[in-house]
Amino acid sequence: MAINWFKYSSPASFYSLAGKLIPIFSIVALILFVVGLYISFFVAPTDFQQSEAYRIIFIHVPAAWMSMFLYLIMAGWAAIGLAFNTRLSSMIATAIAPTGAMFTFLALWTGALWGKPMWGAWWVWDARLTSELILFFLYIGFMALQAAIDDPRRADKAGAVLALVGVVNIPIIYFSVKWWNTLHQGATVSLTESPKMASIMLTGMLIMSIACWMYSIAMVLIRTRTIILERERHTVWVSELHKETT
Amino acid sequence: MFLWVIQRDLLLAMRQRSDVLTTLFFFIIVVSLFPLGVGPEINMLRSMAPGVVWVAALLASMLSLERMFSSDYLDGTLEQMMLSPQPLILLVLGKALAHWMVTGVPLVLISPILGFQFDLQTDALLVLAVSLLLGTPVLSLIGAIGAALTLGLRGGGVLVSLLVLPLYIPVLIFGAGAVEAVSAGLGASAHLSLLGAFLLLSLVLAPWATAAALRISIE
Amino acid sequence: MLKVSNLECVRGERSLFKDVNFSLEAGELLQVNGPNGSGKTSLLRMLCGLARPAHGEIRWLGDNIRSLDEDYYNSITYLGHLNGVKDNLNAIENLRISSALAGNGIDESTAYASLQKMGLIGREILPVKVLSQGQRRRVTLARLLVSDTVLWILDEPLVALDTSAVLLVKGILEQHLEKGGMVVMTTHQDINIAAIETKRLQLN
Repeated sequence: MAINWFKYSSPASFYSLAGKLIPIFSIVALILFVVGLYISFFVAPTDFQQSEAYRIIFIHVPAAWMSMFLYLIMAGWAAIGLAFNTRLSSMIATAIAPTGAMFTFLALWTGALWGKPMWGAWWVWDARLTSELILFFLYIGFMALQAAIDDPRRADKAGAVLALVGVVNIPIIYFSVKWWNTLHQGATVSLTESPKMASIMLTGMLIMSIACWMYSIAMVLIRTRTIILERERHTVWVSELHKETT
Repeated sequence: MFLWVIQRDLLLAMRQRSDVLTTLFFFIIVVSLFPLGVGPEINMLRSMAPGVVWVAALLASMLSLERMFSSDYLDGTLEQMMLSPQPLILLVLGKALAHWMVTGVPLVLISPILGFQFDLQTDALLVLAVSLLLGTPVLSLIGAIGAALTLGLRGGGVLVSLLVLPLYIPVLIFGAGAVEAVSAGLGASAHLSLLGAFLLLSLVLAPWATAAALRISIE
Repeated sequence: MLKVSNLECVRGERSLFKDVNFSLEAGELLQVNGPNGSGKTSLLRMLCGLARPAHGEIRWLGDNIRSLDEDYYNSITYLGHLNGVKDNLNAIENLRISSALAGNGIDESTAYASLQKMGLIGREILPVKVLSQGQRRRVTLARLLVSDTVLWILDEPLVALDTSAVLLVKGILEQHLEKGGMVVMTTHQDINIAAIETKRLQLN
């Protein structure tokens, strides 16, 4: 089947394609969230060590995964935009940032909620939590930089350079924090390494992860469409679109 | 050529000595505020000292970042630098090194005296100075990227701190960690060699990213 | 030698100019005219590679200037509407540093001689910040006296200059063109510079 992918690299055709895809991804995300949450809260057995509080990991872990994946994907699109001067890729990168920041915040929030019953404190300077916090700062920096630049092309490119610098630094930051953590506190509580995870728990977490992916894709498409409209508002196709809808 | 840039920036700094001194006194004041905030208990101060000095160094270095390119940008010299037949990477490296000589070196020199305020032992004082010597150039090099990205933007000074401070974290961890390790009776060589590795890495990568950022900002 | 084809400049959402075509050979002068905001400065910045055109290309000796980069910078001198002089340095230091940046270091006596020609004697060791606008412009223009590049791209070089300085610059430009150099310039002043051929480009 020969699909002309390049056709969709123009904002106009991407706009209509995204319009068709958004409902699909949204509905799939909704179904998966319902199923995943049902499994997480009603089907999965109570953990004998951590009692009911552990159930927050069904949200926490997928959110933490998403926060990291989305940063990489964002940097990837930004890099493509920088290297090949493709406007659409940069727009997608800009659209990813808020969703990524949201998941990072969610991971921090749920981490704190989990920390209170587990460790007796809302916040512990655990290596993962700390890295997640720094990741949050990186997202905020990316968005703040793009927001401060009026010229969209400069915003795209400057954001791309920052995202790439971030990608180079993330492993260094992560290992630094990890080492710092082992130096300063002997016994750390790991968030994800629960000894044996029942397969039903794993299924729940997997479904929740896929739901997060679907949700992210839908959100990014919606936001990209908005960015396209904003940036191309003076073009012919947008004004025609405007006439059709009014 | 590379030397010309360094020489020029140092000359300018000499003509504008107050800028250099402001950064230095900012550093001294921030470090001196901590005992006033947490109390004069000497054991606690001793254990806090490396972190306090390092955080103050981070802030002091960051404070002067905005100036790195903006005055050249405003008077048109930066355009001339971009049009120089020399590789832009070299110019950027020269400017970052000049920034370090003006803001980093004074901090390195004054740090042992500040260490006395916190009752650090001689070996810890030495390692503090060495860790700053290795770490502050990294701050200037990474900071250059942020300064280049925010060139000419409104609120550039605050923005640059948001972009750059998270990237400073590894330097902070190993810089302060080196001093703590010595105070705890462990060797600091592992920390210092990692700081050295960061320095090499940023010497290679940061000028490249800064040059790219400058091209974007000036266009 | 310099060939520009189908150049388009977009600022924000507005197209400032498009389909700009011209070529320039040794000894030729191009005067770019147009009202404020017509994109004269943008055009000059594109010519020296500081800005990227939305469309079209600029070729120097047959190669796109994008691919030439530093080689191209060896052949051009650009003076923008900003003077590019440091307030805290004196005229000699400024001239020596800007020449060194352009890859053409000069010694102090050469710098002194050029400043003398520009009529800045007695001012050469004062920090530039105490000089007047016109005198600063002279410091900037002194670079042309020591430059060994072929293509000069000058953005309003005559702004803030008095009559004698305008004549001085006219002389420098004519000498450069006579030696086979090329000049692209914008100006609002009505001066007649002798050249093998004077081309005019009108932007609206």
